[in-house]
Amino acid sequence: MKAKVYVTLKPSVLDPQGKAIQHSAELLGFENVDDIRQGKYFEIAMDEDISQIQAQETAEKIAKDVLANPVIEDYRVELIINN
Amino acid sequence: MKFGVIVFPGSNCDHDAYHVISKHVGQPVDFVWHKETDLSRYDAVIVPGGFSYGDYLRAGALARFSPVMKAVKEFAAEGKFVFGICNGFQILCEAGLLPGALMRNKDLHFICKYINIRIENKETPFTNELDEAEVLSIPIAHAEGNYVCDDETFNSLEENNQIVFRYCDENGEANAASNPNGSRSNIAGICNIDGNVLGMMPHPERACEELLGSNDGREIFSSLTNRISELSD
Repeated sequence: MKAKVYVTLKPSVLDPQGKAIQHSAELLGFENVDDIRQGKYFEIAMDEDISQIQAQETAEKIAKDVLANPVIEDYRVELIINN
Repeated sequence: MKFGVIVFPGSNCDHDAYHVISKHVGQPVDFVWHKETDLSRYDAVIVPGGFSYGDYLRAGALARFSPVMKAVKEFAAEGKFVFGICNGFQILCEAGLLPGALMRNKDLHFICKYINIRIENKETPFTNELDEAEVLSIPIAHAEGNYVCDDETFNSLEENNQIVFRYCDENGEANAASNPNGSRSNIAGICNIDGNVLGMMPHPERACEELLGSNDGREIFSSLTNRISELSD
């Protein structure tokens, strides 16, 4: 079982790196770009035999306790289910 | 009186702190490897600057899981003194010992230069030998020193006098021009509510010898030894 975790800055937090990336995109001639914000992406591989609920809980807990800083960041967990 | 300087993989200001405590403060000091779990023989610990765990994930994010950090939390809860400098400040925020977080500098640059800071609270154990609004010249060296917190946290910092240092110009004016990294309200250092845990981005341990450009950092260390002596009398 795998989980994808996305960690993004809270909307209220300024993202100077995202702004610099947006500026570069504009220099390349991309128009109609209003905003770019940078985040982090993680893939967590877990044992195959655990339940979806267990996997979701584990990934949520890792995201909350390790991957994201709740002061400045939000996170979102997606399970990848192999059939 | 005994000091401990915590050493994480990637700490690089640990020797500077050790040097200042032993040579200028004149007190016994040990290096404390991050796997240690007992800090009972110390009166104060310094969480030094550097790049603990290579700044992986976020600056200070992984150091908070080192075994010694549980001991640092207990140490702080006992009212003993914890002093985080630069990466040490980032670690104390990540560990929840201080509120807020330190983000990438507003202009994205790593900034290494002397700046001025103003004393906002001279009642703390770290500033009792300084004067209110006194200006110190102390170097910064960081890429993630941009202090952020929400409005509620900011209001509580102000109400409880937890803002200890603000970036300012040489006349003591804290404004946008004297803010090197975009920190909220020019915040350069804060303490916890009880005042025994301090975190600051500037490096007072690099400003203890005139030869190196400034010895303004000495009074911060002497304030702390002053306070520890008072407690043991």
